Amino acid sequence: MEPIIIEGTPKTPSIKFDEKDGIFEIKGRSIPENSVEFYKPLNEWLDNYMQGPLDKTVVNIRLEYFNTSSSKCILDVFKRLEAIHRSKHDVEINWFYEEDDEDMLEAGEDYDSIIKVPFKMIEIVE
Amino acid sequence: MSFDLENLVSDLDIRGAILYFKGNVDSEVINKALDSVEGKLLTSRENPRLRKKVYNVLVESLQNLYHHADLVPKSYHAAKPDRFGLIIMEKTGKGYRITTCNFVMALRIKELEEKLTRINSSTQEEIKELYKDILNHQEITEKGLGGLGLIDMARKTGHRLDYRFKKYDNLHSAFRISAVISNE
Repeated sequence: MEPIIIEGTPKTPSIKFDEKDGIFEIKGRSIPENSVEFYKPLNEWLDNYMQGPLDKTVVNIRLEYFNTSSSKCILDVFKRLEAIHRSKHDVEINWFYEEDDEDMLEAGEDYDSIIKVPFKMIEIVE
Repeated sequence: MSFDLENLVSDLDIRGAILYFKGNVDSEVINKALDSVEGKLLTSRENPRLRKKVYNVLVESLQNLYHHADLVPKSYHAAKPDRFGLIIMEKTGKGYRITTCNFVMALRIKELEEKLTRINSSTQEEIKELYKDILNHQEITEKGLGGLGLIDMARKTGHRLDYRFKKYDNLHSAFRISAVISNE
């Protein structure tokens, strides 16, 4: 299927979910006023991908900031990944956080406790 | 003298503030406020941990005004844009204080006050659990997630949220809320 590629802006992250290259990444800032509208195409893409996912899907989340309105949309993305995992396909989520950013680490731990998909917390040391 | 939203912050140092805005809090205003504050925080060489917390709380404060400010009473003396609010960010001895003011309909006060009382009487661990519970179980609304912004502010700052209401008329009150982000 066609990849979904969205360029980042100061308020929205870059998104690249490309089955062919095996790259699944959300990167940057996610602080739009209307997060639902922003994440809708990605969740629709995942709805299609779920029909025939790769044997292993590794998703990298490298967020610098995200607002509470994005937090629910990101959870919706993870719930789709959880469904793929439930259908006996490997899924792994790499949650990157900057050194000393305990809030971002805790946010990753929140998702890890809600979503039944293996999470890896990866500290970025500058 | 007629009531102005500014009356609610007469005890704060508007002139010395890092950020002060009163008016229609639209996307463009939010962008400019965030850019301006981020630049100032970088220039002042605040440590990254505090800088990030301040930025996060500022985002939630501005977007609370954007999503939840109720309409301005018809009898209010000044312009009445759809998203009328006031924001002031000050440097304090140990960090920063971000205060916002807006109008709320009288019928929303009870619910808002209950939410804030619950947040302020919770431990940090309880706030964390509350956040996760709402995140996982509440449906997203057109206006965003109901009240998750306030919980997030309390969680990130580790401080109680200071708030007050001032009755404007029988249908409307002015609402002020402050979050303190300290370098501790």
